[in-house]
Amino acid sequence: MATRTGRTVFLEKKPRIIANAAAVGKKEGEGPLGKEFDLVFEDDTLGLPSWEKAESELLKTAVKKALANAATEKSEVDAVFCGDLLDQCIGSSFGLREFQIPACGLYGACSTMALSLCMASLAIETGGFDCCVAATCSHFCSAEKQFRYPLEYGGQRTPTAQWTVTGAGAAVLKNTHASASPYIDCVHIGTICDLGITDSNNMGAAMAPAAKKTIADFLRDTGTVPSDYDMILTGDLGKVGSDLLKELMLKEEGIDLSSVHNDCGLLIYDREAQDVHAGGSGCGCSASVLCSYILNRFRNGFFKKVLFVATGALMSPVSSLQGESIPGIAHAVLIRSN
Amino acid sequence: MSVSKEEYSNMAKRFSPSSPILLDCLKAFLTGGLICCFAELLTSLFSKTQMTLEEVKALVLVVIIALTAILTGFGVFDNIAKHAGAGTAVPITGFANSIVSPAMEFHSEGFILGTAANMFKLAGPVIVFGCGSAVVYGLIIYIFGWY
Repeated sequence: MATRTGRTVFLEKKPRIIANAAAVGKKEGEGPLGKEFDLVFEDDTLGLPSWEKAESELLKTAVKKALANAATEKSEVDAVFCGDLLDQCIGSSFGLREFQIPACGLYGACSTMALSLCMASLAIETGGFDCCVAATCSHFCSAEKQFRYPLEYGGQRTPTAQWTVTGAGAAVLKNTHASASPYIDCVHIGTICDLGITDSNNMGAAMAPAAKKTIADFLRDTGTVPSDYDMILTGDLGKVGSDLLKELMLKEEGIDLSSVHNDCGLLIYDREAQDVHAGGSGCGCSASVLCSYILNRFRNGFFKKVLFVATGALMSPVSSLQGESIPGIAHAVLIRSN
Repeated sequence: MSVSKEEYSNMAKRFSPSSPILLDCLKAFLTGGLICCFAELLTSLFSKTQMTLEEVKALVLVVIIALTAILTGFGVFDNIAKHAGAGTAVPITGFANSIVSPAMEFHSEGFILGTAANMFKLAGPVIVFGCGSAVVYGLIIYIFGWY
């Protein structure tokens, strides 16, 4: 049985990530992690007539590739946990509809990769599921269309704005001890935090307090310090959010994260050369970085212990127009290998 | 020690770089000015024909709107506007772009409920306040007998 200390659940079965895959768009392929991704699409439409269809196709491709990497048939998968940023999560549900796998839709905004890993791990922990897939996706164009302005609209982005990643990531989790793959040791469902940020062009600042709370709670629950980890990896805080996280952590907890902290939103793009301002964002940001660069480094022995903390801004275009502040959330999973 | 909302707001401001206002203003001034010069050039050219000044003015606007629509369609306008800011947003180029861009974007939802229903999504407020202020202006002119 799993046990819980504070907010952190220590898993007994410790499901293994037997395979992973990431599929991304052209801009991400041109970034510093370009060579890490399984598939890079040169055309952001993926040859389809709408951005929403392209996003679903990205997810479908990533899940298919992850299953192929796991040498697992879709009929062997007991459930898939999946979500995205689009209204009613059509990105993931339309991408999954032809798979005929039991599906559980999730909404965690950009934190969805960690949320889906938490849910898949907990499902396996119950003993009722043996093999689960955790996946998510986002697409720059469909996100712009829903949350901001039409693609060809001539507006200016502020220096704090982030660039939604066109990408999808999928991880296959299995209840097995045989594999030398990395495993999920602990899961931590985050708490919603809101320190009153209303600027939807500064989501890093909106999410940093939630990331700080999750990381501080996790370190307290596990009795560990940052230097116990190879990396504490946040999802998409970008430059502004990462700086704020480190400052908050130092000010409120007296903990210095700077030596082990990194952020998927800072890893995926060259911020200056690719003109992405504060960095990458979106569900696909942490998903594609985790399901390529990070997990690949576990497989070649470079990493042994990474705390993955994906962050989400839980606002909608309606709440922003109504002047609501932006609640943030951060879910965490501790990934380890033998 | 936990940070209050007010303290956090100050922290966020400190860590958030602000837009380079002077450079943005300079770029907006230059591009906006360039567009106006281009319009003047067109006016001079068209004035050499038999058209009246009123007709010339209308034709200049039509040409600039058409050029903006074409540049938007080819995905070039937003790359210019990214630097130009108010320089392209304030002249009629901004208005044309604000209609063409949603018309293109919502094409995938169909011609009527997609393109037609959404094409004034961004320009709508401009039209509302434009007409509204025209009424107020007209009333003032009428009341004081300045026409």
